[in-house]
Amino acid sequence: MIHSLFLINASGDIFLEKHWKSVVSRSVCDYFFEAQERATEPENVPPVIPTPHHYLISVLRHRIYFVAVIQSEVPPLFVIEFLHRVVDTFQDYFGVCTEAAIKDNVVVVYELLEEMLDNGFPLATESNILKELIKPPTILRTMVNTITGSTNVGEQLPTGQLSVVPWRRTGVKYTNNEAYFDVVEEIDAIIDKSGSTITAEIQGVIDACVKLTGMPDLTLSFMNPRLLDDVSFHPCVRFKRWEAERILSFIPPDGNFRLLSYHVSSQNLVAIPVYVKHNITFREGSSQGRFDLTLGPKQTMGKAVESVLVSSQLPRGVLNANLNPSQGAYTFDPVTKLLTWDVGKINPQKLPNLKGTMNLQAGASKPDENPTINIQFKIQQMAISGLKVNRLDMYGEKYKPFKGIKYMTKAGKFQVRTYQHFLMVQTSM
Amino acid sequence: MSASSAFNEEKMGSSSVGEAEYAYDPVSGKIFSSDYNRHDDLKEMLDSNKDSLKLEAMKRIVAMIARGKNASDLFPAVVKNVACKNIEVKKLVYVYLVRYAEEQQDLALLSISTFQRGLKDPNQLIRASALRVLSSIRVTIIVPIMMLAIKEAASDMSPYVRKTAAHAIPKLYSLDPEQKDQLIEVIEKLLADKTTLVAGSVVMAFEEVCPERIDLIHKNYRKLCNLLIDVEEWGQVVIINMLTRYARTQFLNPNLNESLLEDGGSGDKTFYGSDEDEDDDEKENKEKAEAAALAKRKPYVMDPDHRLLLRNTKPLLQSRNAAVVMAVAQLYFHLAPKAEVGVIAKALVRLLRSHSEVQFVVLQNVATMTIRRRGMFEPYLKSFYIRSTDPTLIKILKLEVLTNLANETNISTILREFQTYIKSMDKDFVAATIQAIGRCATNIGEVRDTCLNGLVQLLSNRDELVVAESVVVIKKLLQMQPEKHSDIIKHMAKLTDNIQVPMARASILWLIGEYCEHVPKIAPDVLRKMAKSFTYEEDIVKLQILNLAAKLYLTNSKQTKLLTQYVLNLAKYDQNYDIRDRARFIRQLIVPTEKSGALSKYAKKLFLALKPAPVLESPFKDRDHFQLGSLSHLLNAKAGGYQELPDWPEAAPDPSVRNVEVKESVPEWTKCSSREKRKEKKVEKPFYSDSEGESGPTESADSETNSASASDSASDSEQSRSSSESEESDEGSESEEEKENKNKKKVVKKAVKESESEQSSEEENRKLEKKIKQQEKDSETVSDDEESDSESSQSTSEDSESEAEVKKKAPVSRTPPKPVKKEKKEMSLLDLDDFEPATSPQVTPISTLLSNSLVTDLEGLSLSDSVLAPSTITPSGTLKSYELLHRITGEGLSVEYCFGRQPFSPDANMVAVQLQFTNNSTSETKNLHMKDVKLQSGMRVKEFPEIELLPAGDTASAVMGIDFCDSTQAANLQLCTSTRKFFVSIQPPVGELMRPVFLTENEFKREQGQLMGMNELTEKLILDAKYRNEHAIVQRVTTAAHLSRVPCGSDNECRFAGRTVTSGSLVLVTVATGEEGVAQLTVNCEKMVIGTMLVKDILLALTQ
Repeated sequence: MIHSLFLINASGDIFLEKHWKSVVSRSVCDYFFEAQERATEPENVPPVIPTPHHYLISVLRHRIYFVAVIQSEVPPLFVIEFLHRVVDTFQDYFGVCTEAAIKDNVVVVYELLEEMLDNGFPLATESNILKELIKPPTILRTMVNTITGSTNVGEQLPTGQLSVVPWRRTGVKYTNNEAYFDVVEEIDAIIDKSGSTITAEIQGVIDACVKLTGMPDLTLSFMNPRLLDDVSFHPCVRFKRWEAERILSFIPPDGNFRLLSYHVSSQNLVAIPVYVKHNITFREGSSQGRFDLTLGPKQTMGKAVESVLVSSQLPRGVLNANLNPSQGAYTFDPVTKLLTWDVGKINPQKLPNLKGTMNLQAGASKPDENPTINIQFKIQQMAISGLKVNRLDMYGEKYKPFKGIKYMTKAGKFQVRTYQHFLMVQTSM
Repeated sequence: MSASSAFNEEKMGSSSVGEAEYAYDPVSGKIFSSDYNRHDDLKEMLDSNKDSLKLEAMKRIVAMIARGKNASDLFPAVVKNVACKNIEVKKLVYVYLVRYAEEQQDLALLSISTFQRGLKDPNQLIRASALRVLSSIRVTIIVPIMMLAIKEAASDMSPYVRKTAAHAIPKLYSLDPEQKDQLIEVIEKLLADKTTLVAGSVVMAFEEVCPERIDLIHKNYRKLCNLLIDVEEWGQVVIINMLTRYARTQFLNPNLNESLLEDGGSGDKTFYGSDEDEDDDEKENKEKAEAAALAKRKPYVMDPDHRLLLRNTKPLLQSRNAAVVMAVAQLYFHLAPKAEVGVIAKALVRLLRSHSEVQFVVLQNVATMTIRRRGMFEPYLKSFYIRSTDPTLIKILKLEVLTNLANETNISTILREFQTYIKSMDKDFVAATIQAIGRCATNIGEVRDTCLNGLVQLLSNRDELVVAESVVVIKKLLQMQPEKHSDIIKHMAKLTDNIQVPMARASILWLIGEYCEHVPKIAPDVLRKMAKSFTYEEDIVKLQILNLAAKLYLTNSKQTKLLTQYVLNLAKYDQNYDIRDRARFIRQLIVPTEKSGALSKYAKKLFLALKPAPVLESPFKDRDHFQLGSLSHLLNAKAGGYQELPDWPEAAPDPSVRNVEVKESVPEWTKCSSREKRKEKKVEKPFYSDSEGESGPTESADSETNSASASDSASDSEQSRSSSESEESDEGSESEEEKENKNKKKVVKKAVKESESEQSSEEENRKLEKKIKQQEKDSETVSDDEESDSESSQSTSEDSESEAEVKKKAPVSRTPPKPVKKEKKEMSLLDLDDFEPATSPQVTPISTLLSNSLVTDLEGLSLSDSVLAPSTITPSGTLKSYELLHRITGEGLSVEYCFGRQPFSPDANMVAVQLQFTNNSTSETKNLHMKDVKLQSGMRVKEFPEIELLPAGDTASAVMGIDFCDSTQAANLQLCTSTRKFFVSIQPPVGELMRPVFLTENEFKREQGQLMGMNELTEKLILDAKYRNEHAIVQRVTTAAHLSRVPCGSDNECRFAGRTVTSGSLVLVTVATGEEGVAQLTVNCEKMVIGTMLVKDILLALTQ
């Protein structure tokens, strides 16, 4: 299946290669570089590139291209999903997945890749198994290893691969037994010029951090499980139980994992927690444009809207912007024409506002395009869909664990359009 | 550059140095020399006897390999360390070995013996890792060794080693394809493996080595389907893809009827008309022809194996792994009946939230699906709306999907959405949007004019690309109805002055030429301008100028003759030979000379022929002949190793090939008469089950058929009985069903029982007629003796026990091994005669008390209990048993419970519950006990004594006490064996929450007088004809509730009394009968809940 893997950084250097079958020359990446050149943006490089003898399937994460070389038919998603799993594993091991981190830990990276694929077919991709095989480097361990010459490779033979619950390592022990669950919901929305919602949906995940001794068997139930329209589970969740009782029953992996991701049924109207008043205009014949943007809270159930960040791609013709924020700070990148405004917290009494002028290139005509406004925000202690965890029970172990559940709502792909409709509407409907 | 600096560089530890690495010119001699030095240094470290130095050296070597540096000259030094004790050194040596063995074949052989030793290691993980490395060494000389190792590992005890063997197969195959036949044998063997660990890997090996050998799958098909959910995710993808192909060869097309209709339809209609229209239209057009075709076909019935596949893959749509979801989606798309395909839409839309690469692949597939099955994604239209932050690739794919989804109803929303896209800053995307509008316009006639107007307005856009794209699209639209739109053509003619994009200019020129009759005045002028700029134009434009000239010459030669000749002359000397050729060709055709032949007569026909309007088609049309989700589908070209998705067979191949015969080695795989039944059972298998779990369901299916046949044979005798007994006999057969592993005995017993039951039913009839309240002394049946004796003393009850045993021994001529086991059989055998004394008013309070105390003493002797209990009040035979644990959920252990109606001695406030355990599995169950009882507040439980051992096929019973607190809430318990825990619950019927008390008529009336008003419940009812005698009423009521009869002077009244077990509240029941079965039921009880429920239960008992 997967023949080789090349890691390529933003400047086009291959800084790591690994082959699982016969060696494929790195010149195969030239086809990738060609495609990269053609693409205007880094993310526009096609994920699948056919070459005369191979196929290149790549993902872009953390400004690194992970390019897998394939020789014959294989489902592309299989490879893409695997590559993402590799990145997730690196992130899990090194905290970040950057070129520097990979270069620093090249031996661990190599050992991981060796374990994750055998002859190009995934072997061990569960983080719990991998951690049994290869201990993640910590500062302390690195120090100890340099002094004593001991190793990162697990001393015991990994038994996790043989178990019926491959996602959990055996013999877990903690002095403090705790299980934390974060319910994080994201609102994806497109708001049109007049402020009405074109489309809005809620996607949520439950991320867990479980540090429990032994083999605990957990059940998590919701007050309103009917809200969950479409769900996908970590393999540990017993599907039958969910189907029958709408209860999540599982033996958790050790450490951090994503228990569940869900989609809230689209019948429910989505509460939009912020509104935007905007007036972005360019006048014919004038080299100046007006910019006026006000944010306000809406349907937040009394919770504060925090970490608000507004960004907008201004038209190419804009030279610079002369704006005045009522709070926070703004930046405008004259090269990429990206305007970002770090608003912070929205104070309902004094709404944040950004106002001023934009200068156009002299002699340039009025831009046709109107920018979209992307908004990021966070609301703590609330799941916007109203999802509530009812209870968490543990079976199979005697001790009493500490349990915690946190709710949060974030903006996902939250966009406000400022487009003027072009004239088709008036002529037609 | 010194050696030491180069040494530093090696250490990937310091990132700054790593960066500098690329600055060096690898060809420079300096590097080579320092390389040489470096390697010397490494060799020294590897030769040392310190592990830490070796490790350091290996780490540096691996870092070199990672950067693609050549480290092959270190091979001898590294290979020496293959047997190193340090695990990390060893692993890194493996990494090195696998990388360079191919280049240094001879030296690599040195390491082989180490691995051969590893293959014999007692630890399975070491065996596996030795095989893994050995098979990864690509040295042809060791092929026989590898083959041997694989064969051995394939029959290893450990599933992990077998999995590794499966992984090794494709490695060996790629090294030496000659080994194929032998490898197929190994694959066949491993395919039969029943562990989830192996399944994914071996199917992967199958796909790489022998995907054409579909016959190997037959026997394993059902197993693979059933294991699927527990296989690791990567294996799931491979298995699902393979099973899709398999199903295409083995099953019939579930959409056969529909596809017949589709085939007949004209392409346009089928794809773009709404579904209903399509069907209607088709039916009208083709009805007759198809009716005949359809009639010939048998009605379609889905093969149960086909259904099994669909059902078992569906839960995987919920997988977190996008590849799994996609695999299931393509399976449904290719295999499911049209009505069921819809389920995949939601899951696919969910994937659109994932990484952009995932989105890219999913959208490609969705685009293909939307062409064939548009309705599926219509509800998710808004999920495909485009955000300005999407990468262009994604935007264009979403646009494609939106265009495919457009129909009459949603086109206005889609067009409004498209309008906003036109204003995007991403010009490639804008161009794609304009094309999309064009496609919507061609496909949906209603909006054609609207779109055209909109596009014309875009012609005044400032962006030339937008204008150009619009021109091209407008040209295509105009071709459909040019006569209406001469003003648009005029407008476009004006654009030639400004617009520079060649494709757009060419399009305008072609339009003017084609429809020059609609714009007779403008056309020559355009040609004039073009003639001026001819030399500066692009080739594509020049060709169109020639075309325009030719067409004008033919229609309007007066005005354009000179211009045309001028243009043709210019073209004659053009650099491009295409243009020169075209000029020569046109001149010959249109300019009449002496030499020109017959062709010039037809010039008009040639140039001004009516041209069909172009069909704007999705590039994804017909892509679904590639298996969806595959690389080939994505590229729209066959990739190496792609397995064609076969067409459905005309007639289904023999489905029996998938039946698995009984093999001695694998007894679980019994052949089953009814496949479907078996499968339904199997689906219930627990989520975590391993393949071994399958034995349960298979067995149970067998037992079911057995028991069914048994009850069939018994049915004759049952019919002869009165209806009150049929219930009992049902129970009898139920209890027999449990004892499935005693089949042989059962047959014999059955015969006995039948004869007995006939006898007893006669007897009963007699009794009813005579209404004799004493047993018949002349009756020969043993049970009569028993009854009379049981009233008196302990010793007699023991007698009766032994007599009962004798009675059983006689016909069966075999002593049951344990007394505990007898109880059940006893009940089924004796019940028919037992109830008579219960109805007897002569049962004195003394005897009741006595026997109660006796029971207390005899606690544990369950047989005597069951004999005594009926003698006191109730017919024990009517004891209903309830299922506590089904044998499937209990993995062979089944438990039933019934309320024995005897007092529970350790605690008078508890209700005694008799549990009957049957071990249906093939292994013994140990340490059966209750644990961690979770109860409602106030409830208490007295656990039964632990049953230490329950041999396979054996039955045991035990009594436990539960204080239900006078409520019908279930008691939830945990039943444990030495290996498993089961959560069970016992729910008491209200009638079991009381115990009988003896009251005289006067006492009864007095108590009743105190429980009037709210505490009295009265209900009128009409008795069933069968129950209009006193005896029947008493029997029904005492069956429904544990009460005792109160003597009564009146003929048409029956009274019963009891107390609730926990609180001792009185429960009084009166049934007064009137004319023609009219009766009145009165219940007096201070516990109103109990009273209400009791009324319901008794009412039910009397009217059913």
